[in-house]
Amino acid sequence: MKVCVLGAGPAGLYLSILLKKADPAHEIEIFERNAPGATFGWGVVFSEETLGELRDADYATFLRITDTFARWDAIDIRYRGEVLRSRGHGFSAIARKKLLAILQERCRELGVVLHFETSVEDPAELPEADLVVAADGVNSVLRRSRDFGTRSAPQGGKYIWYGTDLVLDAFRFSFAETEHGLIQTHSYPFDEHTSTVIVECPEPTWRAAGLDRMSEEESINFCEELFARDLAGHRLLSNKSAWLSFPRIRNRRWSDGNVVLLGDSAHTAHFSIGSGTKLAMEDAVSLANAFVRHGHHDRAAIRAALVHYELERRPVVDRFQQAAADSAGYFERVRHHTGLPPRQFAVNLLTRSGRISHANLAMRDPEFVRRADLDFAGEPDRLFAPPPFLTPLRLGKAVIPNRLVVTGEPRGAGLVRTEPIAVSEDGRITPETPVGVGSWPVGEVHESGALVMACLTHAGRRGATRPARYGVDVPLPENEAWPLVSASAVPYGPLSQVPKAAGEAELNRIRDEFASAAAEAATAGFDLLELDFAQGRLLASFLSPLTNPAEDRLRFPLEVLAACREAWPEERPLVVRLTVDDWAPRGATIEDGVAYARAFAEAGASMIHVEAGQTVAESRPVYRRGFLTTLSDRVRAEAAVPTLVGGHLTTTDEVNTVLAAGRADLCLLDVPVEA
Amino acid sequence: MKVGIGLPNTTPDATGRLLAEWARRADDGPFSTVAVLDRLVYDSVEPFTALAAAAAVTERVRLATNIAIGPLRSGAMLAKQADSVARLSGGRFTLGLGVGARRDDYTAAEADHRTRGERLSAQLAHLRAENTDIELLVGGSSGAAFARMARYADGFAHGGGPPRAFASAATRARAAWHDLGRPGTPKLWGQGYFALGDPDRGSAYLRDYYAFTGPFAETIAAANLTSARAIKDFVRGYAAEGCDELILFPTVSDLDEVDRLAEVLA
Ligand SMILES: Cc1cc2nc3c(=O)[nH]c(=O)nc-3n(C[C@H](O)[C@H](O)[C@H](O)COP(=O)(O)OP(=O)(O)OC[C@H]3O[C@@H](n4cnc5c(N)ncnc54)[C@H](O)[C@@H]3O)c2cc1C
Repeated sequence: MKVCVLGAGPAGLYLSILLKKADPAHEIEIFERNAPGATFGWGVVFSEETLGELRDADYATFLRITDTFARWDAIDIRYRGEVLRSRGHGFSAIARKKLLAILQERCRELGVVLHFETSVEDPAELPEADLVVAADGVNSVLRRSRDFGTRSAPQGGKYIWYGTDLVLDAFRFSFAETEHGLIQTHSYPFDEHTSTVIVECPEPTWRAAGLDRMSEEESINFCEELFARDLAGHRLLSNKSAWLSFPRIRNRRWSDGNVVLLGDSAHTAHFSIGSGTKLAMEDAVSLANAFVRHGHHDRAAIRAALVHYELERRPVVDRFQQAAADSAGYFERVRHHTGLPPRQFAVNLLTRSGRISHANLAMRDPEFVRRADLDFAGEPDRLFAPPPFLTPLRLGKAVIPNRLVVTGEPRGAGLVRTEPIAVSEDGRITPETPVGVGSWPVGEVHESGALVMACLTHAGRRGATRPARYGVDVPLPENEAWPLVSASAVPYGPLSQVPKAAGEAELNRIRDEFASAAAEAATAGFDLLELDFAQGRLLASFLSPLTNPAEDRLRFPLEVLAACREAWPEERPLVVRLTVDDWAPRGATIEDGVAYARAFAEAGASMIHVEAGQTVAESRPVYRRGFLTTLSDRVRAEAAVPTLVGGHLTTTDEVNTVLAAGRADLCLLDVPVEA
Repeated sequence: MKVGIGLPNTTPDATGRLLAEWARRADDGPFSTVAVLDRLVYDSVEPFTALAAAAAVTERVRLATNIAIGPLRSGAMLAKQADSVARLSGGRFTLGLGVGARRDDYTAAEADHRTRGERLSAQLAHLRAENTDIELLVGGSSGAAFARMARYADGFAHGGGPPRAFASAATRARAAWHDLGRPGTPKLWGQGYFALGDPDRGSAYLRDYYAFTGPFAETIAAANLTSARAIKDFVRGYAAEGCDELILFPTVSDLDEVDRLAEVLA
């Protein structure tokens, strides 16, 4: 077939090689605006598993690439003047220029026609072809000339791509405090003479430091001075380097007729996970294989191949884009983590994108994890510490024997939460909700070695419903229901009873009911007390702008907290279960949630149990594995308060990762409970 | 994992005789369920009507809408239709509901498209409050759809795609289930399309049926399972991801397809 490729980056060149190899009869032409030796950027990193794919796809290219590779296995993290090293990561890197030269040479050997210094501004200028490949990168003109359902949004902070003549022996992250905020580098070696140094910071820091107004020279001087210790007397080198924002590109479809998107023109992944080139080259492998599978004899076969390619690649790309979003978000907020001890800071950084867990780290670098676990346990002089989830937590005078929390049966957990206990008959969720702590077998749980936490609630507008086994928020028949109160007279879901907006007298009564339930719980021997300010229940409905029109939304919840703090022994921890994000338009956001958490901590809450959503029935929750973890990380770091988090954590490895990284202090494990 | 088969109620020119004979053969075969799809503006048979015909000639298989577009009907009408199929089949009915993806169906039904999610929630709440013991499934891929599923239904109906896509939806369904405080785990249903006798005709049908999605129709057509090997891989993949029940929908309405599929699954 006749193939026209726009853009001689890794995607376009590698695809041409693979197509030509599979069938030398293909006529392939590549159009590139730059000269053969000119390119942006410095070195690019590859991970081990990519190399396997490249070896299988074209061994000749693989050999030449790996011959020039810089290889190393360590990540260094410079933070608070200390450098921590984590090993076992298996990186290789290559100069972008060198990679392109190898690919170009291989193209020529195979008979691909290369046109350099040919800028194509109008796709109509391109020759007729059976297949037209848009491999022209982030700002693809070919993509813009048609409707691929493209969405583009800036991701992460501002960055600039420098080189240096210092040869590092590891991937290095370095964090520098300035009066305007934290600025960090991502650097790595890529040949015997040079390393890449990407400098990055949030946009407000960038502006405050005046980087937006600096010349190329001034910017280099600024960065050289800031990272002088890392550069050890070496220079930063510019390659027309400029401060940029990274655009996250997504497309609803990857092909249109005989035009197909490849590499960065189809999707980008933030540079902090170093995977763009890898994804671009894997795209090429997948697309070339699709033609082997479907043939290219007619338009239908070509269409089938393009569809096959998209189906195969999309889920992989989605996973990388999710990891990239988590990573970019981490670097944007990293200033809040400067309170973490160095090794925990490092674990948080290494596990930021969800691709590496505590167990993965332990496999790569047992020594690093041994020391991280010892630090976590607060016993640096011992030989081994238990894994994080088995490390006791001291909270006030209470010592929780391990970090697992379950609701209901103990089953080895360190802390058992009761099912919600209503503070009054009309505060019940369902007819089965217990009222008062009276009947709870505290002693039995204590015998199992766990502590017990009483969870006090008032259902508010989510009350008088059927038990959850029949569905949630399904109201009881009128003759079995009781009247509801809330912060406003807005019903929760379809068919829900319209609650009454609670008046002053009623609020005082409810506050007193909470306080006396707290006192009862203390007498009954509960170790911790949890107040339910979450998920649309009565106290939560005061906190959300969606359900409380009043200005001072904290007033009543703080009153209840104060009354309970008074009634509950001072040395026993009091936990606030809090919705930190409504996940609904015009609702409370995580910024509000952090502010609430701070206020409750100041008012005597020992810990925040992080929840989100369910404020209103029709909302936009974001479900996935560990869906509350990032929110907990933010509350813990930004409000400086210990947190308890659930959110579909199903393995001890996930729990260990959350704990070791300092994203929470206790974890609720999701294990299916029999109906 | 159980495997069910679709009735050809949305492939063109389906007759009563064809649907009845199809259902009868399915009842004799290795299938757990006979399921239907819902499409208003297309040459197709209304899903509850098709299941009523199937109910009359079957004794064993479950009958399912996978899914029906709830908001095209009034709440009371939907409940009546569901109740009717449940009654005609002696309680062998599973009601799968979703908001669908086609705006033109809403226009034709004179139903408001903007409030479709809330209306589906209201319908589900009614069905639950009515105390019927019809098994409920909800489909959809937004966070709101997962929450709705976990709030009211007994399980989740996935809209199709490779096993990997099902797996990530299943994780979200389980996460939502726990988040809403439901005991146990949600039932998980999957689906796929197949054509064993005349693959080209099957894929052409899919291209036409999904023409409203633009170029995406091509993607769906390309995923049509057209060989015994493809079907076996698909079934194995879904079973490995924890699917409880997988429905294979025909894209060609030749009766032999039931026997061919039965043979592949045997
Ligand atoms: C700071 C930074 C660091 C990175 N680090 C890494 C890393 O460590 N590891 C990694 O794997 N990836 C990394 N990447 C990503 C990587 O650079 C890209 O993902 C990769 O280059 C994509 O390849 P491509 O072929 O799709 O596009 P490109 O490499 O962008 O190639 C597109 C080509 O098309 C040409 N072109 C564009 N428009 C026209 C036109 N109108 N006419 C003619 N020619 C045109 C361009 O000149 C260019 O040569 C990084 C990216 C950035 C920004």
